[in-house]
Amino acid sequence: MTSATIDAVPAELVRGRGGGGPAPTRTVVAYGFWIFIVSDITMFSALFAAYAVLSGRTAGGPTAGELVNLPHVFIETMCLLLSSYAAGLGALSAERWRQDRFLIFSVFTFLLGAVFLFIEISDFAAMMKVGAGPSRSAFLSAYWALVGAHGAHVTSGLVWLIYMMAQVVAKGLRPHVLRRLLCFSLFWHALDIIWVGVLTVVYLMGVP
Amino acid sequence: MLGKLSWSVIPFSQPLPLYAMGVVGLAILAVLGIITRKGWWPYLWREWLTSVDHKRIGVMYLILALIMLLRGYSDAIMMRSQQAIAVGGAQGYLPPDHYNQIFSSHGTIMIFFVAMPFVIGLMNFVVPLQLGVRDVAFPVLNSVSFWLSASGALLINVSLVIGNFARTGWMGYPPLSELAFSPDQGVDYYLWVLQISGIGTLFAGINMVTTILKLRAPGMTYFRMPVFCWSALTSSILIVVAFPILTATFAMLLLDRYLGMHFFTNNAGGNMMMYVNLFWAWGHPEVYILILPAFGVFSEVIATFSRKPLFSYRSMVLALLAICVLSFMVWLHHFFTMGASADVNAFFGIMSMIIGVPTGVKVFNWLFTLFRGRIVFTTPVLYSIGFMVTFVIGGMTGILLAVPPVDFVLHNSVFLVAHFHNVIIGGVLFGAFAGYNYWFPKAFGFTLDERWGKASFWCWLVGFYLAFMPLYVLGMMGMTRRLQHIADPSWRPLLLVAELGAIVIFLAILCMAAQLYVSIRTRASRRDLTGDPWNGRTLEWATSSPPPAYNFAVMPRVATIDAFWEMKRRGLTAIEPAYEPIEMPRNSPIGFIIAFFAVITGFSLIWQIWWLVILGLLAILLTVLVFGWSENRQLEIAAGDVARLERVRLGLGRPA
Amino acid sequence: MDGLDRPYDRTPGVEYQESGANYLSYTVGLGLAIVLTIASFVVAQTHLLWSPGIPVGLVVLAFAQIGVHLVFFLHLGTGPDHTNNILALAFGLLVVFLVITGSCWIIANLDANMMPMHS
Repeated sequence: MTSATIDAVPAELVRGRGGGGPAPTRTVVAYGFWIFIVSDITMFSALFAAYAVLSGRTAGGPTAGELVNLPHVFIETMCLLLSSYAAGLGALSAERWRQDRFLIFSVFTFLLGAVFLFIEISDFAAMMKVGAGPSRSAFLSAYWALVGAHGAHVTSGLVWLIYMMAQVVAKGLRPHVLRRLLCFSLFWHALDIIWVGVLTVVYLMGVP
Repeated sequence: MLGKLSWSVIPFSQPLPLYAMGVVGLAILAVLGIITRKGWWPYLWREWLTSVDHKRIGVMYLILALIMLLRGYSDAIMMRSQQAIAVGGAQGYLPPDHYNQIFSSHGTIMIFFVAMPFVIGLMNFVVPLQLGVRDVAFPVLNSVSFWLSASGALLINVSLVIGNFARTGWMGYPPLSELAFSPDQGVDYYLWVLQISGIGTLFAGINMVTTILKLRAPGMTYFRMPVFCWSALTSSILIVVAFPILTATFAMLLLDRYLGMHFFTNNAGGNMMMYVNLFWAWGHPEVYILILPAFGVFSEVIATFSRKPLFSYRSMVLALLAICVLSFMVWLHHFFTMGASADVNAFFGIMSMIIGVPTGVKVFNWLFTLFRGRIVFTTPVLYSIGFMVTFVIGGMTGILLAVPPVDFVLHNSVFLVAHFHNVIIGGVLFGAFAGYNYWFPKAFGFTLDERWGKASFWCWLVGFYLAFMPLYVLGMMGMTRRLQHIADPSWRPLLLVAELGAIVIFLAILCMAAQLYVSIRTRASRRDLTGDPWNGRTLEWATSSPPPAYNFAVMPRVATIDAFWEMKRRGLTAIEPAYEPIEMPRNSPIGFIIAFFAVITGFSLIWQIWWLVILGLLAILLTVLVFGWSENRQLEIAAGDVARLERVRLGLGRPA
Repeated sequence: MDGLDRPYDRTPGVEYQESGANYLSYTVGLGLAIVLTIASFVVAQTHLLWSPGIPVGLVVLAFAQIGVHLVFFLHLGTGPDHTNNILALAFGLLVVFLVITGSCWIIANLDANMMPMHS
């Protein structure tokens, strides 16, 4: 068996037809995480399907129209959007080795995400107060599960962000840290995409 | 303090499960004792439990599958025996309460802890070798996946002794599985066990997709990959998009049970039909997840032992892709009788018939591969031929059931039971056994005994037909599935034939055990010294048996399909290439540790020991955070060491 | 597995130096997303759009916004190195579509036939 280095692979084997040998680690990690995001999206699709099917089944209890606070939803949406924007600028800073800028943008990412969560949790608490908890009806179960699952993902993302900021401070912007930041960016933007779905299906369509 | 745990949940008054667990417990203690006595713990910990090597993990998956096959089989023989005895006036030996748990655990174990580990284990072991690379994309994640599956297997066996298992069947339909009608821990065992192992399976799917799409030897374009890798890819894609549906569905049922929500309850607006709908939206892709790698195994085995390239590689790949997409368009055929109108039933019925076409294409391709080949009738080939006959029969009964009016008569009869055992045993299990026999020498360095292998094949084949063909007839005579007592004595003769079949299958399992024992005893005479015992066509045969940790010292350059065949045709030259140092991932205990805490957390969730749940989850989080902080996860094998190992492998004389 | 940035190996989500990843891309994306969000709220809450067309309008706006996220934030393009990502996403979206619309169709049908008439 003769051997040759990867760089000597003929050009036609390389571009886009998959013959260039194993991809660089960064590509592999990013693709693996992308596939994880796809799996998360299908998980949400089952929750969306349950919501779509159960949204009318209020068992004589509160309906979406009675419960939803659209101004809050608008603020939440803006928070997540700006948080994604900050995360994107943070990612740019990280790739350009500007650790200080990355940390500042990350703080904004965190704060905006935290505001989102604060509004969402206080809305949930208000719902509990008026007897619109998740065990009141099928509609409410589906609502709490779908919105709650998204909120749980946001919470995990914030914990992850703190951990990543700690890693950057302790280890600097090394390749493996950068790979993980890449995964976080994918996660955070994907959560904003899911929120677009939640916003449209649950809030905008559900409220007459 | 201990949630719902109390002494009363241990079935002291029920001899059968207690004796069973006693025997199993003694066996486990004996094994642990022997390991301790012989001082094997350091070796086991270093080489297996903390291994992130895909080959080791693949072997462990297969060991898990084979052990759980014994547990699943014992459920089966108990059911068959009960049905053979409890006819007319007789009551049998299993009260309904137990019988219901047994058929539930039989299905759950066979699908999630026998078939899935078999298939994932084979994919794990073979795919990186066939792609010409060193390991999967995420080796540590691979270890986590395996250990999470093992955790699930452990927990489901704990349900034998502490508490009981679900009595709902392996599908867990509400409202029976809701708290109101299953107030004890059985359904909770079912749900948490499958959530835990489901996470492991999802990660395995992500790993495999990334490996196949992003890590291949230079020159291996998509259409030069072995067909097994295509089947692994399509199966893993299905895992990635289907398993999350199950996770969400089970999460909703858990929310109903634990927090009083109303997704699937009888009251407050719940819709139990939605559970059935979502369950089968996962469930149908699941059966394709199981069968596609088996198809891949048969493609490899048949091509190798016919000494011919696989007939029409492209149509094989297209068929796999078509099945992958179509598998998401047929799921309603599992509940034709739930009440949908004719238009809905007709759509899904027609789609279910269409999905049979790509499989038919594959069967013809296998036949054309065999045609005019110089066939060697080894055990894997026997399984392949047995598969082709058996699976086609099972597939045809499936097409029959895909006709809604027919299904209205046969749904949930034992005709259905015969159909799915037909395709799972004839397809998945035969594929698993063919793969096991085919790749065993690659994993362990010696072939399995052929005589016992063939004996086990014939026993499986005869046993399967005896056990399940009567069920087709009984189904058409009106016998429903899951009967603890048979009212109609005219069914008895056929049930006795089925019982005989189950006993023959037991002989088959004994033959497999004998095969393993004899093969190990006489391994010196069947050593695989070349790494290529079958004159194979694909790259895994280009390594030693077993391969070194790094698989290939120098990554092969691929120019064609059947890369290794081509290399042999061109003549291998024993030129010593310039070896470079190889970086491999270090072993990691994280998989084992996470699984340990997953067992604790799962058990505490089932028994509602909340403080332990929190501790378990925190421990898992801490493990992940600590692991995430660690450095130095790679280990470099120096060029000189690589050279030394390779010289020994190639027989180029004593190391310099 | 060397971390080198080869010219033929771009992957969505990574901020490469020369490609579309720059402050402009993110800012344009943010601007478009804000416009689309406001548009969605307006469509939902006012009668600007013909009533029966509101759900369709909302879905279109949602897809547009998701597209903005994919292109401007995740830099998902049409280059050959993104093909795998697009294929994976497309298949995932197909499954999402099948699960959601399939479930709605099936359950609506089943409810009409099977469920007693109360919510």
